[in-house]
Amino acid sequence: MSKLTKTSAAADMEPTEERPTDAPSEFLSVRDLKVHFPTDDGVVKSVDGLSFTLEKGKTLGIVGESGSGKSVTSLSILGLHRVGSNRSRNARISGEVWLDGEELISADAARVRDLRGQKMAMIFQDPLTAMHPFFSVGQQIIEAYRVHHPSASKKEARKRTIEMLDRVGIPQPDRRVDDYPHQFSGGMRQRAMIAMALVNDPSLLIADEPTTALDVTVQAQILDLIRDLQKEFGSAVIIITHDLGVVAELADDILVMYGGRCIERGPSETIFEQPQHPYTWGLLGSMPRLDRERTDRLNPVKGSPPSLINLPSGCAFHPRCPYTDLTEGASQTVVPELREVGSRHLAACHLGKADRERIWTEEIAPKL
Amino acid sequence: MLVYLIRRLVNVAVLLLVVSAITFGIFFMVPKLTGSDPALLYVGKIADKAAVEGIRHKMGLDKSIAEQYFLFLKGLFVGRDYSQGTDVTHCSAPCFGYSFKTEQEVWPLLLDRLPVTLSLASGASVIWLVVGTGTGIVSALRRRSVLDRATMVTALAGVSLPIYFTGLLALSIFVNTLGWLPNNYVNFTDDPVEWARNLILPWITLAFLYAATYARLTRATLLEVLGEDYIRTARAKGLKENKVIGKHALRSTMTPILTVFGLDIGALIGGAVLTEKTFDLRGLGYEAVQAISQSDLPVILGVTLFAAFFVIMANLVVDLLYAVVDPRVRLG
Ligand SMILES: Nc1ncnc2c1ncn2[C@@H]1O[C@H](COP(=O)(O)OP(=O)(O)OP(=O)(O)O)[C@@H](O)[C@H]1O
Ligand code: SF4
Ligand SMILES: [Mg+2]
Repeated sequence: MSKLTKTSAAADMEPTEERPTDAPSEFLSVRDLKVHFPTDDGVVKSVDGLSFTLEKGKTLGIVGESGSGKSVTSLSILGLHRVGSNRSRNARISGEVWLDGEELISADAARVRDLRGQKMAMIFQDPLTAMHPFFSVGQQIIEAYRVHHPSASKKEARKRTIEMLDRVGIPQPDRRVDDYPHQFSGGMRQRAMIAMALVNDPSLLIADEPTTALDVTVQAQILDLIRDLQKEFGSAVIIITHDLGVVAELADDILVMYGGRCIERGPSETIFEQPQHPYTWGLLGSMPRLDRERTDRLNPVKGSPPSLINLPSGCAFHPRCPYTDLTEGASQTVVPELREVGSRHLAACHLGKADRERIWTEEIAPKL
Repeated sequence: MLVYLIRRLVNVAVLLLVVSAITFGIFFMVPKLTGSDPALLYVGKIADKAAVEGIRHKMGLDKSIAEQYFLFLKGLFVGRDYSQGTDVTHCSAPCFGYSFKTEQEVWPLLLDRLPVTLSLASGASVIWLVVGTGTGIVSALRRRSVLDRATMVTALAGVSLPIYFTGLLALSIFVNTLGWLPNNYVNFTDDPVEWARNLILPWITLAFLYAATYARLTRATLLEVLGEDYIRTARAKGLKENKVIGKHALRSTMTPILTVFGLDIGALIGGAVLTEKTFDLRGLGYEAVQAISQSDLPVILGVTLFAAFFVIMANLVVDLLYAVVDPRVRLG
């Protein structure tokens, strides 16, 4: 924002926008985010006190099983729970989402809409259903560009669209631009979705299970593409997945969600080499590995995901956890806090340090 | 697209042929089953045997069914001559034959009735499309509001109240008691204002019934569409909500409405029997009822084929529009 009249006071200040005093220094900072849906059966606490930060140029992987609140988290960062949609209109959202010094939860809906698609963009799981079947791929990307570049002519927008399609690896983009989504293959559709998300050069990109709906061979290509584009554009990226393998090579940090909460968070290598939470151990155990047959296959996580209306008491994971005996009943009664367990490494578990280390090195790691 | 169009037109032709064969078959069978003699119906009860045989021969009723059907088709496309000795009557194409009762040609009769039915159908359909889809949209967007509930209750009433009830009620209030509106059909070409004034009651009565269905259909479809992933994508782009609804959601909501509309309008042109009866509008439906009650087979056959033609054409138009709207249909 440029100031037309410069007073001496204004001249002393930074040339950029004023930051609110309590604004965090990180590019993206989510603080105690809660997203609750009142329903006939009770309040669904889809996200319940989630916090994390992310810098530009970095990638955060959010991992968790189905229903752990990953999509709800990403949709609420984009403010999509506040618009239209009948089912989620009454969502109760609290906490803070700071994007580049601007708080979004309390921000004006029009302001958030303005940022949406421009400064923050999203790629969805199923590119077939995520594109309108009646509009051509080009029309949909052109529209995304022109919402935020109202002065751009149709011709410019089309040129930009073809460039983007080319950039994401669509062959003959000047011809394919007029195709309809159903004429694209699954992988190409996801590439087109990526082109649509990146057409306005967003500084935050959220990819919600971008490869789940795709063939295994195409999955790797799409992940490579996202990585390359991130290097090129330098944006902050959140990759959401239920498969740790997907983010193994991509993410700088990993956040593990369980029942709408973060149960472990840390740098990627740490999560893979010294995970501290039994649920993360289970996730690692259920990772498919291509390099060798796992002989003594670890049991992945037994049991079913918790009810988000009535979370289990104490540690929400306790009904499925094999180590509750080691906590003297705390697992069933006391909600474990997210505590520092290493450098930039947090975990929420009552197990003592010695127990955790022994179980990991003796029981879990050898079988992985 | 052109290939698609040609394929569809061929389909239409085949379909019409099949419909004509079936109707003609029924036309031929009915007298057999009821024991009535078509030739006798033409000349009337008092005729002597020779006159009846003469008519039978003139009308071709003494030929086999295949021959008669062929002659019928020939009459439709190129016209046909009915001859009895030197007495030749030419019936030019499209020839649907002669009414048993009035001995008038059927085709001019149909043409005469058509404008009435078209007037009724066109006016009513405009009203129900606008009102029905309009309230459906508002209901969906303001779901669970007072307006939504009120609309849906009214719609339920609209769906379940029969035309002759609402129609007669409207007639007795607005025409007979209050005297606000006339009820005598006037041709559009004669006086457009009077045309509309006379038709407004039947329009609204008929539209009420359909608008109710359309409101419910629109509401249900739009609600479903609003839950689609691509609507979320549209919002994620940063589009304004009116654009999300107006451009992305309504485009998809249109297609099922279009389909139903095609069926309805086709069927309606074929004859809005109850409405025409109730309001004494001499349209195709009225004529059909009349003809059935008098066993006037040529007229029944004519109206049926005519109606089938409109239903099939309306469907064709809908399918073509569908192809325009939905690229998946167009591009296979
Ligand atoms: N609008 C809503 N109203 C009520 N409950 C909701 C709503 N949206 C989501 N939920 C619930 O919130 C929970 C978390 O959903 P979410 O979509 O975030 O899961 P997820 O982690 O993305 O799972 P998946 O891997 O299946 O995508 C689910 O139990 C879901 O049913
Ligand atoms: S707190 Fe208890 S139940 Fe929860 S993960 Fe740790 S050991 Fe398992
Ligand atoms: Mg999800």
